[in-house]
Amino acid sequence: MTLLPLYYGLLALLVIGVAWWTLVARETMAAVIGFIAYGMLLGLVWAGIASVDVALTEAAIGGGVTGVLLLRAAARLRPTEPAPHEKPGLVFRVLVGIFCAIVTIGLAVVVLFPTDPAPSLAIAAAEHLPALELGNPVTAVLIAYRALDTMLEKVVLLLALIGVWSLGPDRNWGGLPGRAPAVVTDSALTFLAKLLPPIGIVFGVYLLWTSADNPGGAFQGGTVLAAMWILAMMAGLRAPPAIGSRALRLLLLSGTITFIVVGFAGFLIAGGFLSYPAAFPKALILLIEIPMTLTIAVTLGLLVSGPAERDKTS
Amino acid sequence: MTVFLTLAGIIILATVAAGLWRILRGPEDAERMMAAQLLGSGGVAVLLLSAVISGIPAIIDIALSIALLAAFASAAFVLEAFGTRGDEPADRP
Amino acid sequence: MTLLLDAFTIVAVSAGTFFFVAGTVGLLRFPDTLSRLHALTKADNLGVGLIVLGLLPQATSLGMGIRLIGVWLLVQLAGATVSQLLARAAARRNGART
Repeated sequence: MTLLPLYYGLLALLVIGVAWWTLVARETMAAVIGFIAYGMLLGLVWAGIASVDVALTEAAIGGGVTGVLLLRAAARLRPTEPAPHEKPGLVFRVLVGIFCAIVTIGLAVVVLFPTDPAPSLAIAAAEHLPALELGNPVTAVLIAYRALDTMLEKVVLLLALIGVWSLGPDRNWGGLPGRAPAVVTDSALTFLAKLLPPIGIVFGVYLLWTSADNPGGAFQGGTVLAAMWILAMMAGLRAPPAIGSRALRLLLLSGTITFIVVGFAGFLIAGGFLSYPAAFPKALILLIEIPMTLTIAVTLGLLVSGPAERDKTS
Repeated sequence: MTVFLTLAGIIILATVAAGLWRILRGPEDAERMMAAQLLGSGGVAVLLLSAVISGIPAIIDIALSIALLAAFASAAFVLEAFGTRGDEPADRP
Repeated sequence: MTLLLDAFTIVAVSAGTFFFVAGTVGLLRFPDTLSRLHALTKADNLGVGLIVLGLLPQATSLGMGIRLIGVWLLVQLAGATVSQLLARAAARRNGART
């Protein structure tokens, strides 16, 4: 007897229920809490189908950093929140309905009429793992087979940050991000912000290190590091850096620059852009991943901090 | 043993689902955040059970991330939702 | 020996599950924010704690056992501080200072 179908059924119902509630919630703050719960539940779903790498990302991003980003936005938008009876127009609602129906039908077709055999590159991905000295196929895809995509993903993060920064008023350009925090004297928060980051930093580095052979990775590790940095800034233990700071901008670029340097070096030592030499692939992969983790952590932390709204001196 | 652990997982998940009713009802955001916190703890428990059931120890790492980031999200919630940038209540004479 | 360890797992995991049920009933039934918070922390600490205790004999390696205990310690730390934060915020909002 197996009870697993019951477990999956319950989990699926929960995910749909929370998603539905998040959509119909009247207050923005309540919807954001629903979204955080939704992120955690998706983590359970990914764990349920043994996609531990994705589950780690979902738990760190969906439940953690995106949740906090939305919480801040909701708190800030509270005074401008529209009255609950305001509804979008009929045309808009019908259009949204049509698009949702198209997506649902498309997904239903994919699920109900699967191609047999299902297209898969899993065997090809696993075949070359020993040559890369890696044990985790997901890391191999991200950092070797599709390395260019991973590099461009960092560029997208940077573009997003530039977008956020450009929202600040001109006179504060290069200044400190976010509004001035009032003095926080809540001892419980100070306690948490002093005790949690050391644990989180060890865990973030562990996620990066273990990703060679086990689920984990630069993005998951970087997200955990970012969360710990944001916590210290929220508690007022660390001031956010001025966005004009040269050192900060170097950190923001370090991951991408290392990637590009190693990529061009590939022409000389392995015969192609982003090719790794057969002799020491793992050393090069680590060389890329360490600055990339730092770049991800700093970019996410600054995305949550927001545009510059204060002068450097304030 | 697997059947028993799965059953425990189902009971915890169902319990947490009932707790999510609080997210729906409120009445205040504090209650909603408590329900999300309960979902976090329940999720951690379910993940630990499934790590043993499925024999994939790496699932414990997901539980670690959720435990770590749920604390972070809850702290952010208290700060933002209540604007808790004031003084703490005098709880000692 | 295996039988004894399995029995231990069943007892501890059942007890942990019970505390989750009790905590949720409290969250749903208790009259005010602070007592609901009290119920929630029982589920956090005892529920997760007992399940970790029960799963320890099933751990296949030392590292797995250490990480299981790590999860419990982290949940303890997070639960304790976050409930303090929530309780203080709720007390401030209601003006019900002690």
